Amino acid sequence: MQRVPFSTRTFLLKLRKNKEQAHQQETLPLLIPWSMTLRHFIALCCCLFGLLSLQAYSAESSTPASLSVNQPPAALAPLMLKLTQVKYSKLLPVLKAIEANSDESMLPLFRTMMNGDLYFIKANKQLVQRIEVENQDAYRGIFSQQLIANLSEQAVSKIKVNNRLRGYLRNAIARIQLTSHSAEVRRGAVQALLSSLDEDTVATLERLYSSESNTKVKEEMGLALAINTALQTELPNSTRIAAIERLSGSLETTVRNKLNQLTYQDNPDIKAAAQAALTKITQRVERFGFLNQLFFGLSLGSVLLLASIGLAITFGVMGVINMAHGEMIMLGAYTTYVVQLMMPNYIDYSIWVAIPAAFLVSALVGILIERLVIRHLHGRPLETLLATFGISLILQQLVRTIFSPLNRQVSTPSWMSGSWEINPVLSLTMNRLYILAFSLLVFFALVMVLKKTSLGLNVRAVSQNRNMAKTMGVKTNWIDAMTFGLGSGIAGIAGVALSQLTNVGPNLGQDYIINSFMVVVFGGVGNLLGTLVAAFSLGIATKFLEPMTGAVLSTILVLVFIILFIQKRPKGLFPQKGRAAE
Amino acid sequence: MSSITQYFSAGRTSGKHTLPFVIILLAVTALACLSNLYLASDSALHVSTYSITLLGKYLCYAMLALAVDIIWGYCGILSLGHGAFFALGGYAMGMYLMRQIGDRGAYGNPDLPDFMVFLGWQQLPWFWHGMDQFWFAMIMVVLVPGLLAFIFGWLAFRSRVTGVYLSIMTQALTYALLLAFFRNEMGFGGNNGLTDFKDIVGFSLQADTTRVSLFAITALMLALVFVISRKILSSRFGKVVLAIRDSESRARFIGYRTDRYKVWLFVFSAVIAGIAGALYVPQVGIINPGEFSPINSIEMVIWVAVGGRGTLIGAVIGALLVNYAKTRFTAILPEAWLFALGGLFVLVTLYLPKGIVGLYTQLMEKRRPQPTKESNA
Repeated sequence: MQRVPFSTRTFLLKLRKNKEQAHQQETLPLLIPWSMTLRHFIALCCCLFGLLSLQAYSAESSTPASLSVNQPPAALAPLMLKLTQVKYSKLLPVLKAIEANSDESMLPLFRTMMNGDLYFIKANKQLVQRIEVENQDAYRGIFSQQLIANLSEQAVSKIKVNNRLRGYLRNAIARIQLTSHSAEVRRGAVQALLSSLDEDTVATLERLYSSESNTKVKEEMGLALAINTALQTELPNSTRIAAIERLSGSLETTVRNKLNQLTYQDNPDIKAAAQAALTKITQRVERFGFLNQLFFGLSLGSVLLLASIGLAITFGVMGVINMAHGEMIMLGAYTTYVVQLMMPNYIDYSIWVAIPAAFLVSALVGILIERLVIRHLHGRPLETLLATFGISLILQQLVRTIFSPLNRQVSTPSWMSGSWEINPVLSLTMNRLYILAFSLLVFFALVMVLKKTSLGLNVRAVSQNRNMAKTMGVKTNWIDAMTFGLGSGIAGIAGVALSQLTNVGPNLGQDYIINSFMVVVFGGVGNLLGTLVAAFSLGIATKFLEPMTGAVLSTILVLVFIILFIQKRPKGLFPQKGRAAE
Repeated sequence: MSSITQYFSAGRTSGKHTLPFVIILLAVTALACLSNLYLASDSALHVSTYSITLLGKYLCYAMLALAVDIIWGYCGILSLGHGAFFALGGYAMGMYLMRQIGDRGAYGNPDLPDFMVFLGWQQLPWFWHGMDQFWFAMIMVVLVPGLLAFIFGWLAFRSRVTGVYLSIMTQALTYALLLAFFRNEMGFGGNNGLTDFKDIVGFSLQADTTRVSLFAITALMLALVFVISRKILSSRFGKVVLAIRDSESRARFIGYRTDRYKVWLFVFSAVIAGIAGALYVPQVGIINPGEFSPINSIEMVIWVAVGGRGTLIGAVIGALLVNYAKTRFTAILPEAWLFALGGLFVLVTLYLPKGIVGLYTQLMEKRRPQPTKESNA
């Protein structure tokens, strides 16, 4: 892209030599602000990405802080000793005593015990945690986290737990966490407690409710208390109905289960109230289910958009049918894989290397194909189709020979994994969100390149009237190669995005090629906006048909729909107008 | 102007080939059959049953290539979905063969094929009824591909979908069918397709005589289809089809309803593909959704391109050559086959646009420059 202004300048110099100064003075001032806006745009994109990743890092760094709490208070030492001495059935009171006197520092002990990994050294009664080091049992201090060397299985004894103890421990952990400094941890604790409310828990919650500072946590606590109130049969009806109404605003599965329980009770008022609350909740769940489907539809649409946008350039703008387009996507995905292989310690950053690398690899292969094959088949679309199909076979087999026919695993950077939980029934996975944003970014960047750069100007000129552009001094051969490189490079970028969603294998491209063609044809050839609309509408349509018909049938129905649609409107949703449309 | 005279001369030369082709085809078939049946298996000239089946398979492919060539070489319509018609014909035959198994299947159910019993179905789906009658199945072999081609062609050609668009639509058609036939609910055996056939019209499919007869029937059918196609293409109808290929709008303005010509040619081609599929299945012994995959359909096109499109003989030669090469390659260097096939696609389109037959005519013309000049003038 850096070379573009150069070509324009030579083009303009030629014009000056031809003494067409009037024309030149018109064009020159027009081109410069355009290239400047493009620079601004790219700078803006970089800033945006920087911000996104910064946020991701700050979110990540806050979580592991709570783990580094160490060393129990000295006052608990006798109780600890007691843990190793008393019988299995007498453990509960000891644990309760420990809980009563403790804070977050006791969490490792409770957790280890719950997992059944708590041991003590027979000789000095020190509590240890069993861990696995290289597939062998090893032991380390519970609080110090330091490995204790040379400890055989005979030297230690296990502190056994049963289901009752485990249940107690689970709640105890949550109760301890309720006093944590991190609001996120407190919230998680309340949520864990929702399904197993016992007297101790309710008492703790009531004690902490008034002093809770975070509104979200407070709300959750109120919810837990409301569940408790609603279930108490000895309380007056009015209090319980108020509590049930309070519950109807929640989407937690536990709340729904408890309300369901209430509908089987004898008390008619409670029954009716619970029923009404349930209906209200179900309606909201359905609404969020709709949103969820919409999100999946948009996500599929973004994948389709990324896969077909390069095709929209080569097929739509240049009129060259490239059956090897899917393999350009595949090359991009494999580039991501290779980049991750080369920098295994920097997976989080690898994607920033992979995107330009994939663009370059696919663009270079694309230019090579254009120079060696497609150029010679100009004006013979059916032959181009066959030749590029041959190329796609060669590329697939090449990848199979180099990387093996098995699928390769590409790991997701940590800042892209996980999900954004809006509420208990609606959570959006981060990688799909990022890819959605990324696809739109790529789309608009491409529109900008075509509309605002001199390369784009030349590309449009060549696509509209090749001979006229040639007479005006545009190097059509060179523009063809660049356009093809651009389209292929974008397919490579699409490969980077797809590698985060699906397996990377030699057949990756084939799965997308037919759908991509459908999107481009549906949207109207030579029309990028049509591609955008077509990709998202097909994605959403597929996902909304899926629950009714099943995944395969919905794909078939969408295909059949497009086949019929093309019969009705052969030029797609947004047909080109004027002479360019033949 | 010169292109038109060229095509006329091309038509004449390939017309000249019809009789020798039929004679050679039938003679080779007869010799292969006799050698398989009457020569001792250790004789040097003995043709094994395996080779007979392989040859039969090639001839089915040749018939399929003929179908593609009729539509692509003579009418300029590049169909990337002919595998669908081939597979539909194959499935019709497969359903008949499946019903012939009767209670000899693994579950011993006299009515239901094994996979339906396995899926827990109680009744035969409606479209399986009548498929136990040979004549009915044969009607379906012709009717189903023909009907699909008619509907698709009628819709597509009437709204003037042409060129690359049509190619992609046909590819989408076969892709949609591929996905559909993979589904167990469709009632066509899902992923595994139809297999384990026992016998056809009372003859065991494992017997040498049956295999040889199937091969002979395939050869006869190929000869028949070849002659009929030649007749149709050299008739008035064929001339209009050529005119459509060279300039559709001109033919339309002269007053021909070009869409109707295209639809009927498309149906004819699809029916040939269906018959080829029906002959293919009993010889190979299996039909599964893989036959619908777009890559199969596009491979057929390259057979025609290698042989030389626009000449019926070229399609047959191309199919035989490429498939022979495929058999050899996949036996010796299975990895290299896709490289070779891909290379073939590129090289043929770049350097051999008229295929082997075109190359041959070119060489012949070079050797005798005077008469060609006269005919061109």
